Amino acid sequence: MSTAEQLRHPIESGVPDPFPFMHPVLKRNYGAWAWHDRPRPGVLRHVAKSGEEVWTVRAGTQRQMDVFTIRTLCDIADRFAEGYVRFTTRSSIEFMVSAADKVAPLVDALTDAGFPVGGTGNSVTMISHTQGWLHCDIPGTDASGVVKSMMDMLHEEFVREEMPNRVHITTSCCQINCGGQGDISINVQYTKPPKINHDLVAKVCERPAVVARCPVAAIRPAMVDGKPSLEVDEQKCVCCGACYPPCPPMQINGADSTKIAVWVGGKHSNARSKPAFHKLVVANLPNNPPRWPEVAEVVRTILSTYKANAKDYERIGEWIERIGWPRFFELTGFAFTRHHLDTWTGARKTMNMSAHVRF
Amino acid sequence: MSLDKTGSDRAQGNGTAADQHRTPLLDQLESGPWPSFVTGLKRLRDASDKPYAPMMNDLLGQLEHSYTERLGFWKGGTVSVFGYGGGVIPRFSEVADRFPASKEFHTLRIQPPAGYHYTTDLLRQLCDVWERHGSGLVALHGQSGDIMFQGCSTENVQKAFDEFNAMGFDLGGAGPALRTSMSCVGHARCEMSCYDEVKAHRRVINEFLDEMHRPALPYKFKFKFSGCANDCVNAIHRSDFAVIGTWRDDMKVDQAEVKAYVARVGRKYAIDHVIAMCPTRALSLNDDDTLDVDNRSCVRCMHCLNVMPKALSPGDERGASILMGGKRALKIGDLMGTMIVPFFRLETDEDFDRLVEFARTVIDFFAENALEHERIGETMDRIGLPAFLEGIGIEPDPNMVNHPRTSCYVRTDDFTDEAAKYFERKAREAGLDVAAD
Repeated sequence: MSTAEQLRHPIESGVPDPFPFMHPVLKRNYGAWAWHDRPRPGVLRHVAKSGEEVWTVRAGTQRQMDVFTIRTLCDIADRFAEGYVRFTTRSSIEFMVSAADKVAPLVDALTDAGFPVGGTGNSVTMISHTQGWLHCDIPGTDASGVVKSMMDMLHEEFVREEMPNRVHITTSCCQINCGGQGDISINVQYTKPPKINHDLVAKVCERPAVVARCPVAAIRPAMVDGKPSLEVDEQKCVCCGACYPPCPPMQINGADSTKIAVWVGGKHSNARSKPAFHKLVVANLPNNPPRWPEVAEVVRTILSTYKANAKDYERIGEWIERIGWPRFFELTGFAFTRHHLDTWTGARKTMNMSAHVRF
Repeated sequence: MSLDKTGSDRAQGNGTAADQHRTPLLDQLESGPWPSFVTGLKRLRDASDKPYAPMMNDLLGQLEHSYTERLGFWKGGTVSVFGYGGGVIPRFSEVADRFPASKEFHTLRIQPPAGYHYTTDLLRQLCDVWERHGSGLVALHGQSGDIMFQGCSTENVQKAFDEFNAMGFDLGGAGPALRTSMSCVGHARCEMSCYDEVKAHRRVINEFLDEMHRPALPYKFKFKFSGCANDCVNAIHRSDFAVIGTWRDDMKVDQAEVKAYVARVGRKYAIDHVIAMCPTRALSLNDDDTLDVDNRSCVRCMHCLNVMPKALSPGDERGASILMGGKRALKIGDLMGTMIVPFFRLETDEDFDRLVEFARTVIDFFAENALEHERIGETMDRIGLPAFLEGIGIEPDPNMVNHPRTSCYVRTDDFTDEAAKYFERKAREAGLDVAAD
């Protein structure tokens, strides 16, 4: 008589304790750091209250890494660092060393292996991004490919610290925008209502849940060809794609209708100004793999204008607040259209309720 | 559909050069100075002695197909490990007839060590497991903080998890559940850090693992932990419960270092870039180049500390502000976290116990009161901040608002009673006896 396979119960260990994996200098001085500086781009020196020092070398990665790449980074850490690494929230890798003379060989080893050293201080840091065509179930575009294209263009800005302040760029492969808010955000913008495969809706979708998901109440139950389905009031539809994840037969992606929009001025730091959301600059850019040249051109224009015009420590949004949006559109040469006027809840609060104007 | 001939003719990927899919579009992403993920995918495809090579060949074929058609071809489904309801992101290919070896390409979300610290030995062990059971493709890290082990067959999900789990790693969150959290480098290497992020992160998340592993909440719930207002893990936009370090007493000033900074950059530069950029005009440069700080006006924005880290430091009375309700677009538009607790002391073990208890109150309130598919920020908007505060046992505080209400449409017949409560609360905080006690 056969017995059922014994299933292993999980050990619900939760968040692993990082101390066994933490560089000894960090561990010894945990919670007792005094100050830091940046000896060169991509390198940080932190000094503890104890007087101990640690040097951090930060390098860019492709985020979606194969095990061979990870082992190459481990080899570098073992040979030129001290066997400890950590990752940043923007998928850069950091190597900690306890002596200044270990920095230059480490930087050389990383550079020789093709990992750009930079991303600290006032540089363009690694683009935070989503999964895209590689792994997402609702992507309008790729993410890794957009990031690779942009970071090739911005490589020099990553390895130098020449921007007025740090620049965080994000990309997102649908309007849910998992990539986050950024000084520059490169996001999918859907331009057409979903195309419905009525044969599948009743089988695949929980219709009341889909109706409830629509932010503008544009979806309603309907009978189509004698089958229960859904219909979309295309006048109301804001093409957000919210119906697509719970109901894949409501296809929102289209080879020609999925476009890219570029937004600016998002910021999560509270430094100086309060945190801010990003704002629309250009929409309707083609979703043009493998290099997205039209998007790259817009990003290049924004960055070069910012670099030439902002004062030290102004983030992109803060620079625009100072010079004003009319001047921003004038300097960058982008069009200001009716689509830049917010139409969402509380939109009036985004209007200029004053006699302040700039010419 | 424009499939390349090599791809459409193949019945089964086997990773040999003759059967490799052509990838002319992806090939273009191998040039340029930035590390290429395509080169990495090809290395996995070309590792002909590895079990995942055929899978990665077909993955490249499908990805090239996406680049050609400008569409994605993955659909979700249901895959999990024994004992858990979430933590695996299932992906089934919609073009499996053409790319059969990658027809199942699931992701295991694994919670990383708090603060993302690794030894090379640990990373190598993780790679070894993933070569045995998965695709060899790893994202360090996903946008919710997890290590994303991408590309696993349904059959191998349990095997891979068992090995990761035996190493001390656990699945993260997915779906309507508590999500994996993030904490900044903080205490480990940052002088700005105002509380022990690792302790807060591990204490809070590990307390509620049941909500992560067996999804039962109305929708997702994210905690994030930043050691100061620079908010390096983007808690304010991207978490329902943001713990952001701050201090309550005066910032510390090393006047000799201030003078050294001014001497180095010049008076005009120091005035333009430190003094004049203070958002609340709390700073002034004295005639002898020392710094005058009006601490009662300071909002702890971090700008001057960032510019002069050697001269300025957070004060001694440290803790965190707690902001709640941040999220992205769906369904009522972007929401920024709103200040709910201006100062939560985080020094002793008891303080951390109180943080966990407060988190429990909020999670319970969310579980009981949020509608299906509603984030807590939307609940707050729907029921109004006064009702929300009452629900979680927090008293109103002027730090919660930019300014008091401007609409007169409000019923104020108990205003006098509420004012009396306010004065009693203030008296209690000041250590005075209160008649009501």
